[in-house]
Amino acid sequence: MLHAAPVFLPLLGAIIAGFFGRLIGDRGSQLVTCGCMVLAAITGAYVFYDVALMGHTRTVEIASWIVSGSFDVTWSVRLDALSATMIGMISLVACMIHIYSCGYMAHDASIPRFMAYLSLFTFFMLMLVSADNFVQLFFGWEGVGLASYLLIGFWYHKPSANAAAIKAFIVNRVGDFGFALGIFAVFMVYDSVGFDAVFAATPGKVGTTINFLGWNFDTLTTICLLLFIGAMGKSAQLGLHTWLPDAMEGPTPVSALIHAATMVTAGVFMVCRLSPMFEYAPTALAVVTVVGASTAIFAATVGLTQYDIKRVIAYSTCSQLGYMFFAAGVSAYSAAMFHLITHAFFKALLFLGAGSVIHAMSDEQDMRKMGGIWKLIPVTYALMWIGNLALAGVPPFAGFFSKDIMLEAAYAAHSGVGMYAFVMGTFAALLTAFYSWRLLFLTFHGAPRADHHTMEHVHESPQIMLAPLYVLAIGAVIAGFALNGLFVGDGRASFWGNAIFVLPDHDTVEHAHHVPLWVKLAPTVAAVLGISGAYLAYIVSPEMPGRMIEAFRGIWLFLYNKWYFDELYDFLFVRPAFWLGRGLWKGGDGAVIDGLGPDGIAATTIAAARRAGRLQTGYVYHYAFAMLIGVVILASFYLYRMGR
Amino acid sequence: MTSIPLMPALPEIWLAAAGMALLMIGVFRGDKHTRSLSWLSVLVLLVAVFLVINGASGRTVAFGGQFVTDAFAIFVKVLVLLGSAVSIVLALDYIEREDMGRFEYPVLIVLATLGMLVMVSANDLITLYLGLELQSLALYVVAAFQRDRIRSTEAGLKYFVLGALSSGMLLYGCSLIYGSTGATGFEAIAQAVADNEGAASIGLVFGIVFLAAGLAFKVSAVPFHMWTPDVYEGAPTPVTALFAIAPKAAAIALFVRVMIGPFGELVIDWRPILIAISIGSMGLGAVAAINQTNIKRLLAYSSIGNMGYALVGLAAGTESGIRGVLIYMAIYLVMTAGSFAVVLSMRQGGKMVEGISDLAGLSKTHPAMALAFAIFLFSLAGIPPLAGFFGKLYVFLAAVEAGLYPLAVIGVLASVVGAYYYLRIIKIMYFDEAKEPLDKDAIGRSIGTVQAVSAILILLFFVWPSPVLTSAAMAARALFPA
Repeated sequence: MLHAAPVFLPLLGAIIAGFFGRLIGDRGSQLVTCGCMVLAAITGAYVFYDVALMGHTRTVEIASWIVSGSFDVTWSVRLDALSATMIGMISLVACMIHIYSCGYMAHDASIPRFMAYLSLFTFFMLMLVSADNFVQLFFGWEGVGLASYLLIGFWYHKPSANAAAIKAFIVNRVGDFGFALGIFAVFMVYDSVGFDAVFAATPGKVGTTINFLGWNFDTLTTICLLLFIGAMGKSAQLGLHTWLPDAMEGPTPVSALIHAATMVTAGVFMVCRLSPMFEYAPTALAVVTVVGASTAIFAATVGLTQYDIKRVIAYSTCSQLGYMFFAAGVSAYSAAMFHLITHAFFKALLFLGAGSVIHAMSDEQDMRKMGGIWKLIPVTYALMWIGNLALAGVPPFAGFFSKDIMLEAAYAAHSGVGMYAFVMGTFAALLTAFYSWRLLFLTFHGAPRADHHTMEHVHESPQIMLAPLYVLAIGAVIAGFALNGLFVGDGRASFWGNAIFVLPDHDTVEHAHHVPLWVKLAPTVAAVLGISGAYLAYIVSPEMPGRMIEAFRGIWLFLYNKWYFDELYDFLFVRPAFWLGRGLWKGGDGAVIDGLGPDGIAATTIAAARRAGRLQTGYVYHYAFAMLIGVVILASFYLYRMGR
Repeated sequence: MTSIPLMPALPEIWLAAAGMALLMIGVFRGDKHTRSLSWLSVLVLLVAVFLVINGASGRTVAFGGQFVTDAFAIFVKVLVLLGSAVSIVLALDYIEREDMGRFEYPVLIVLATLGMLVMVSANDLITLYLGLELQSLALYVVAAFQRDRIRSTEAGLKYFVLGALSSGMLLYGCSLIYGSTGATGFEAIAQAVADNEGAASIGLVFGIVFLAAGLAFKVSAVPFHMWTPDVYEGAPTPVTALFAIAPKAAAIALFVRVMIGPFGELVIDWRPILIAISIGSMGLGAVAAINQTNIKRLLAYSSIGNMGYALVGLAAGTESGIRGVLIYMAIYLVMTAGSFAVVLSMRQGGKMVEGISDLAGLSKTHPAMALAFAIFLFSLAGIPPLAGFFGKLYVFLAAVEAGLYPLAVIGVLASVVGAYYYLRIIKIMYFDEAKEPLDKDAIGRSIGTVQAVSAILILLFFVWPSPVLTSAAMAARALFPA
């Protein structure tokens, strides 16, 4: 049961803090949830060591869930290199963020609720990665969606937070609809939802088709694309990305844990987990590559123009997820997982660092109102540097190794989509470096733009917030070269084992090691160029960005408004939905159902009552007349009846 | 010389004699003794109850077939006598306070009651008319008893004029029936119908239509109900209470006896009449009361609706239907007596008020009375386990057994609509703020007793319903000789 402990310890913490939060108080809730998470992180590390490093893969069955005919679903913890890696990373990062939250949320009114949600999220995320079948995967999938909704809307008194929470939930519904359809299709085709059974049967399904409404679709392509739609929703890929920047309405630890390190990577994890299926669906893989690469460049361009410190990092997350997807799309699943892990460290570091800045700046998030504070909060400044260096892919920081291998794999794929991904990815790497240092310079350097009052209060965060940052910073520094050999180097075959499946002629990671030198150097050069550009624009001649904006106002507006995706969706979906809803409400429910139903009957009754009252005129001759008419009608009735 | 058996008519004879005696006492002692005369009248009525119960329980025909007593008559007579007695009790305080204290009042009620008893025991069209007119004439006078008040005299006059019209219809019907069958006695008419093998001539059917119209007037069924709201509102409140209680029971009983007795074989022919007036009454009773602001007028519509429900049982025309009618009437009388006891307690600053809105806040100022009224209203709305629910249950059950599904469904729907205005009064009593509370001392001891006893009967009927159920079953069986 030790192997199941990291999954269920967070649940225990969530239950205690959630249901007995009033009883044990703020401090008690923090202690319970953080205690559970520390234990989970320790056992998670053990699981990583035992399963991933020692190769003791296993599946721990917890209980039978649904048994109906051939439909058999169990609660289980599937432990192989993939899930053990995820469990180790999630439990560690979640543990750090729990501890950080104790400091960051210290002045909040509902600490037990926050800690309970955070732990609940961690539980669902761990359920997701340890699933042994599609249904449990979906359970975790929806669970993290729920926790994400609750945490984005944690400050429910803010209308913007509520709107963001609802937006996240609804956009994810679109993805989840595809995901659910994919699971239905899996059960229809395979008559099973267990991973092992499905993976074993997949080679036999190549070339078969599904008939739907008279159309024939390739089975595996259809299933994989449907499942990928789910992944797009959860991982905020182009088209279904609109919720992620808004999700920054949640408290910063939430952004770090859910919207950077863990939940948003669930889509990447899912594609890697289902690599035995995607490998046989080349069309689906091509789609994954194109979507990933497009997201990487799209989000990077938008990130250039944003002023909200958290939004910049959010678009950066979106962009980095695009990297992971195109890596998976060119069959470099191990590279995608590698970047997933390194990204978790440095992106959580960046978010928590941004949180530290926001904390210091009295809850100010707009970079235009910062600047000149690097001497005041040197530790945070240094940590942000580490995070940015890792993100930009500067050697020897973590991002360098993982980003390099992904771009090289894309190049090594020697396909059209692979080349597209390589070009887009390299260009995005330049942009990434640029906006990262733009963020750094705007936030920490230059003349202070905050008001006098705020500047006086700028202070370094307490140790409880900085300590987790140290841990994450260590990860951001060393995770790259420490894991390089295991994940994508010579040890990768024995490390991943059966967890990741790659067809022999798809082994792009192997080919990646033999690409020309310029390809290997390109990402680093791009990073250096980006950093230099940012230095020029924001330190050397700070008036240049303003001039650039003036010169290219159209492009700038297009980027600043996020390619007008929100406006487009608002026009295409939101308004028609509102019109339809309003129409059905006013016309359908109000006019037809209420009008003819309850209200109509009541109105008819009242009208009848009024008429009946009016009959009572008070005149005797009217009354007599009514009596006579009554008799006449009755008599006529009989006359008619007997006459027949 | 053949001896005429007087014993079957002993209660009637007692009432007639006692009525004369009370009249004499009143004449000689004057108006000052109205209260003691009233109590004496109550005593007379209670003695009559005793005589009714202790009379022959089997079917006995007397006066050359003109007069009959059986279990049915006994059941209804007890109801009528008790109802009249309660009416007198309810009036005690009122007639003194409202300057109505003339000794004729209880005497007239005793005489009206005599008429009702004769109606119930009628076994001949002539007896029927005799009883009906004796009752009606007394009631016309009572309705106009506050002869110096325009509302009261108007009510009496309207009642009289329309009553005369209905009597005319009734008599016309009687003459048609006599013309068709050559008989006025119920057995002879039944024999004539049977001889015709159940096929009714058009003259006979028209006779039944006119007769039914006349009787429908007495039970205030639609469309012969028009007098009811005006008379109920205009007449002095104790008179309204009287109208709503005993005469209704007597008229329904007469209706039942005439339809089931001589015309029992023609149930297929007369059923449409009953269905029509029953649906009309239920519907109007449910709908028209919604807009009323005067509690007496509301109770008038309520009684119209209630007569509609009772007629559902008669429309079924079966033994269980008649049993349902009798149970319904017994429960109805108690609910109505209780309700009017509440209405008679509504005084503000020493003056009677009749507005429904005057009941606002009653639960705070008069919690016991509000509770009792709430019980009556819930019962009238047919909420289980109160008695009113069972009353409706038995008539609807009989209708369903007789295959009259639409009638039962309409009845249930009407009672749903009707529930609205009953519940509205409860809402006003319990949730609205009183503008001006009702007088604290408004409830006399006798009226309070009537409220309490009625409320307990309604509330606990379901605990021990068998006395009413068994005697109603016996009474119903008496009308259906094997």
